[in-house]
Amino acid sequence: MKNTKKPSLKKWMGVLLAGGMMASGIAQAEFDRGTMLANTCVGCHGINGISDGPAIPSIGGMSEQYFIDSMKEFRAGERPNTIMTRLAKAYTDQDIADMAKYFAKQKYVQVEQPHDPRAAQLGQRLHNSFCDRCHDAAGTNPEDDSGFLSGQMRAYLEYSLQDYMSGDREYKESRMKRELESMMNRHGDAGLQQLLDYYASGKE
Amino acid sequence: MKNVFSKLTRRQMIQLAAAGIAAPAALALTGCSTTGRKGAGNVVVIGGGFGGSAAAKYLKRYNPELNVTLIEPNKEYITCPGSNWVIGGFHEMKQITHNYNAAKKNGINVMHETVASVDPDKQVIKLASGKTMAYDKLVVSPGIDFKWDVHAGVDENTEKFLPHAYKAGDQTLLLRDQLQSMRQGGTFAMVAPPNPFRCPPGPYERVGMVAHYLKQNNPTAKILILDQKNAFSKQGLFVEGWELNYGQMIEHVKLDDGGKLRSIDVKNKTIDADYGKVKADVINYIPPQKAGKLAVATGLTNESGYCPINQQTFESTIHKNIHVIGDACIAGPMPKSGHSATSQARSCAANIVLAMAGQEPISAKNVNTCYSLVTPDYAISVAAIYDFQDGKIVSVPGSGGVSPMGAAPDVRKMEAIYTQGWYNSIADEVWG
Repeated sequence: MKNTKKPSLKKWMGVLLAGGMMASGIAQAEFDRGTMLANTCVGCHGINGISDGPAIPSIGGMSEQYFIDSMKEFRAGERPNTIMTRLAKAYTDQDIADMAKYFAKQKYVQVEQPHDPRAAQLGQRLHNSFCDRCHDAAGTNPEDDSGFLSGQMRAYLEYSLQDYMSGDREYKESRMKRELESMMNRHGDAGLQQLLDYYASGKE
Repeated sequence: MKNVFSKLTRRQMIQLAAAGIAAPAALALTGCSTTGRKGAGNVVVIGGGFGGSAAAKYLKRYNPELNVTLIEPNKEYITCPGSNWVIGGFHEMKQITHNYNAAKKNGINVMHETVASVDPDKQVIKLASGKTMAYDKLVVSPGIDFKWDVHAGVDENTEKFLPHAYKAGDQTLLLRDQLQSMRQGGTFAMVAPPNPFRCPPGPYERVGMVAHYLKQNNPTAKILILDQKNAFSKQGLFVEGWELNYGQMIEHVKLDDGGKLRSIDVKNKTIDADYGKVKADVINYIPPQKAGKLAVATGLTNESGYCPINQQTFESTIHKNIHVIGDACIAGPMPKSGHSATSQARSCAANIVLAMAGQEPISAKNVNTCYSLVTPDYAISVAAIYDFQDGKIVSVPGSGGVSPMGAAPDVRKMEAIYTQGWYNSIADEVWG
């Protein structure tokens, strides 16, 4: 699920939405294992999984598959991170599956961030040329089973791309490696920043 | 952008309306009560810090029909997390100051009053203003209080001259001001408290922040830590960070090596320890601690000075229908921290809502993540996930732990960025 809001509104919205969800017939879901386990994530990743930290990604609305893959990669030490590799070890496969279900049910809220509108326009073209084929709707469609892009925390995206390019993080799709390298060869760091401006703009 | 947000606002409005209209139906579905609005139950939360504010929020979130009252004397809350950064001179008080406007918007009845007493048998709270309030369930999150009777020479008035700065606010500014007016080449002496106390890495983060200020403004000054224990949280990482960033500026003396405090001469700013007599320019005496006053006065504490609880529901094992969370409670291996308190609030709120619905308690994992800055661009962390097993909170084996020793500067920098992100997210969760 996906939605877009100004950051200032998003939290109490979430609370009301939770009330609404209870009313709409999934009251018990508030107390299922997934909900209670997910409570261990929200201190850093934000209430409903929508982050306020520049380098901490929003995970609310994320696809189940991407969540499960990410947690298992952290747990196995295959994906680099200063803290998730330590935390992920505390969860069983069942825990991870339950949390994935919980976050998949939340709304993805794009966070509006400072950006250069002109660079964002150029970035949109880069996205369309190099990224769009796998990251639909500017990377806001969870059905892609990949991480969110537009409206995701900018610093997080920048560090993630650096991890890929430095070889610290393994590409899941060889296509992404080809496209990213091709974009960097043709447009360099300026292109990378334009792409990040586009995602920070929250446009689709 | 305008287009985007006008579109979104409309979407929000629809959802808000839907949630608002649908909310009354939640009652029957959650099974929390079979009678009307009034019968949903009264839950009172005392204390508007991390634990109390989060508990009030989650109670209302889990059962919107509950009458949730939050009693907190102050109109603003200043967090201890981040207060060391203010002392270090690179962070503003307003960045760590929060209010209760969002709590009110969320439907919580916020009362800025002082609790005079709690009668656990009659389940009635008496306020200093003379009002009384009945509760079905009470959450007590009073934080810590200081023990002024452990060391000779100090009492409640000592903090006016030697700030502990271990409750954030005026104390934070007093310590910052004393640091900034310290003579060149002077000595900043900290007396670090014995276990158990609020925020185990807190004193040592502060040392780094003081050193950060001194390095720029008073580079020949010294920092002396007289520790009332023999080891401290993230010790190896702190010491590595201090040496790397501040050379020999910091000296740490553990309890058995002379740290043991005998007395303090407040007027002459002189500390008498096994180590010898130390005349300091600034003394940061952090007293030994116990559960907050209200917990003690209500008889919720045991001989340890803290509150024994059922570690699944956080209900006091002394008084029924009173739940204690945060620094005041004994939660197994969970450290006394804002993040622990918030995690406990989530688990406690869920179990209160279930209990009021006549349902079985739920076991929830709890979490603590604790970042400490060594410099504004260099941070270290400790993290743990906790399970509930055989009636106790236990750390999940093989998980959590501290940042690696000897890590590259970009790793420390990344953790410094996460430090700020953690603060933003959790403050927003609790007060947003």
